[in-house]
Amino acid sequence: MAASSLASRAVASLSPSISTGASRDDAGSSSVVGFHKRSSAFTGRRVRISSGHGSSAAHGRRSCVVAATAAPVKESPPKIADALVTREEGLELYEDMILGRCFEDMCAQMYYRSKMFGFVHLYNGQEAVSTGFVKALKKDDYICSTYRDHVHALSKGVPARQVMSELFGKATGCCRGQGGSMHMFSKEHRLLGGFAFIGEGIPVATGAAFNTKYSREVLKDLSVDAVTLAFFGDGTCNNGQFFECLNMAALWKLPIVYVVENNLWAIGMDHFRATSVPEIWKKGEAFGMPGVHVDGMDVLKVREVAKEAIARARRGDGPTLVECETYRYRGHSLADPDELRKPEQKNKYAVRDPIAAFKKYLLENGLASEADLKAIEKKIDEIVEDAVEFADASPLPPRSQLLENVFADPRGFGIGPDGKYRCEDPAFTAGTAEV
Amino acid sequence: MARDPTVCVIGEDVGHYGGSYKVTKGLAEKFGDLRVLDTPICENSFTGMGIGAAMTGLRTVVEGMNMGFLLLAYNQISNNAGMLHYTSGGQFKIPIVIRGPGGVGKQLGAEHSQRLESYFQSVPGLQMVACSTPYNAKGLMKAAIRSDNPVILYEHVLLYNLKERIPDEEYVLCLEEAELVRPGKDVTILTYSRMRHFVLQAAKTLVERGYDPEIIDIRSLKPFDLFTIGNSIKKTHKVLIVEECMRTGGIGASLRAAIVDNFWDFLDGRPECLSSQDVPTPYAATLEDATVVQPAQIVVKVEQMCQGLV
Repeated sequence: MAASSLASRAVASLSPSISTGASRDDAGSSSVVGFHKRSSAFTGRRVRISSGHGSSAAHGRRSCVVAATAAPVKESPPKIADALVTREEGLELYEDMILGRCFEDMCAQMYYRSKMFGFVHLYNGQEAVSTGFVKALKKDDYICSTYRDHVHALSKGVPARQVMSELFGKATGCCRGQGGSMHMFSKEHRLLGGFAFIGEGIPVATGAAFNTKYSREVLKDLSVDAVTLAFFGDGTCNNGQFFECLNMAALWKLPIVYVVENNLWAIGMDHFRATSVPEIWKKGEAFGMPGVHVDGMDVLKVREVAKEAIARARRGDGPTLVECETYRYRGHSLADPDELRKPEQKNKYAVRDPIAAFKKYLLENGLASEADLKAIEKKIDEIVEDAVEFADASPLPPRSQLLENVFADPRGFGIGPDGKYRCEDPAFTAGTAEV
Repeated sequence: MARDPTVCVIGEDVGHYGGSYKVTKGLAEKFGDLRVLDTPICENSFTGMGIGAAMTGLRTVVEGMNMGFLLLAYNQISNNAGMLHYTSGGQFKIPIVIRGPGGVGKQLGAEHSQRLESYFQSVPGLQMVACSTPYNAKGLMKAAIRSDNPVILYEHVLLYNLKERIPDEEYVLCLEEAELVRPGKDVTILTYSRMRHFVLQAAKTLVERGYDPEIIDIRSLKPFDLFTIGNSIKKTHKVLIVEECMRTGGIGASLRAAIVDNFWDFLDGRPECLSSQDVPTPYAATLEDATVVQPAQIVVKVEQMCQGLV
């Protein structure tokens, strides 16, 4: 793809008439010209979405798999030449989205059973963005998220067990129970967080991208070609750090993609009430980078744009701003009564469920059978069940863990009155020393 | 920077301009524009960028053109520099040095005369050191860069002109240790940064009058070197803190509490503290002088303490 293709699309695309929701129609206007007609599985036909009851009834927990209960879609013989993904890729994408949905539904159940606490922000409805982008990355690439980070962590490869344990506040969590829902980190999987304040992850992501450039140009290590993705929402796009980082990334051509998950709401603040120019993708141009708008409910469209933006970054051509039009089916957090969003808007997006749409696509294009997909759903059900059991059975962090990770170098606790470094005091790691 | 290619500098005017106080003069010519990075004016974002780079393997030195500007970076310094090693369960270390000139200068006005050590000291996970001489500036800077912890290194606007013979060869000082500047037996004076020099000036007068103050430059603002401080208090039984922070919530306030907690039995009287006034630093010279502690006040206080008048 020519480097200018993203830029030309941004300029040439129709400005989607983004108003108070009425005209955000099912065709899913997208600047990915030429693809959406073929990949779109949206027909406007209503499908009812309900939770299935699966094999975990014995444990008193409902299966979390979301299954469309409309008339089953006819399976077709493979139309491989027309399809935008291979069967393998398709199944991988489907599995990842199902994992995201299932995991989040289980989080809701566990929260209401007092297994997890505090602020928990669920990702239901936005799976196409995480799957579409993160599955287009290489293992060494970085991602940086916000407080709505469970599914980003799962897509990147953090085991469900570790994420669930972290949510339960157990010592086996990915952050030893010290981070919680809003602070998922994984060094192994290159997940740079998990941040509670909006916008504060964007500079961190920009720094990781700077490191790639530094490694190549100063350290002369051309084997380093890691691209960084920064995920954040519509509310963040009115925050200073967003603009400051777009400027620096464009200035220094950093290998980063800024992914806006525009779900139209920042807690109870309607995007159109908060933003003078609601088309976020337009703001890329102000900083000299391509700004792309994509239908965030369609995993194949997202993946298409993602691959191009990531390739552009990896080539050294600089950053891209991608606005994904998406929606969260649940409230801002599990504590949000979600009273402000109108049922009409919610229903409009319910029929555009990315999982149902992709399932339809796979079946209609003969890439998978009902049985294949059922098998995946069952597999994920078991993974999530197992994650809960593991988290339940895991130990709580002992008191001695309290001071362990405050400093990378524990000499930072200083020299005590007895002349020894405080961390040398045996009582220190038993958790009984005073600091 | 010559020794370790992952060390880089990020800040406003650090490159081509050589730094607002010329601390990074010549480095961009030597190491290039990417290693001595001139940033746009966006403290929160470039500090965060320095943190992200440090998390992923570089050793960044972020300069606040004036430490006061780092108020704009408080989000990143508190949440990400200080806390991220902890919230990630120890997975990511942030070997960053955040440095710059601060303190009360010569009629720079209120906003350029702030003492950020007072505001940052509560943030868990940060180490803070203050240099006061060319010798300890070099040693502490190297120690801070080599430390795996996020370190804030406080320089002072009025101390850049100090001249001193220092070793050419490499030396690294200990980040957690205080410096015994003048041994004595009458009173322990704890100080740091510019106030060290005011204390030394006052000490000349005090010595002439027959007093024998022990002067300790605490250097490590967080954590305090309680061993050195304690040994001194055990000897003199009197302690005076001379600082540039304001009375309320400054380093002196924390140090007094730590001394009372740990060395109560060794004190003859309450720990004394001379701090700046709780006012925004005025522009007018007479008012500015009245805001900070002056050597004459130090002399008076020490005399009172030694005569049992306080």
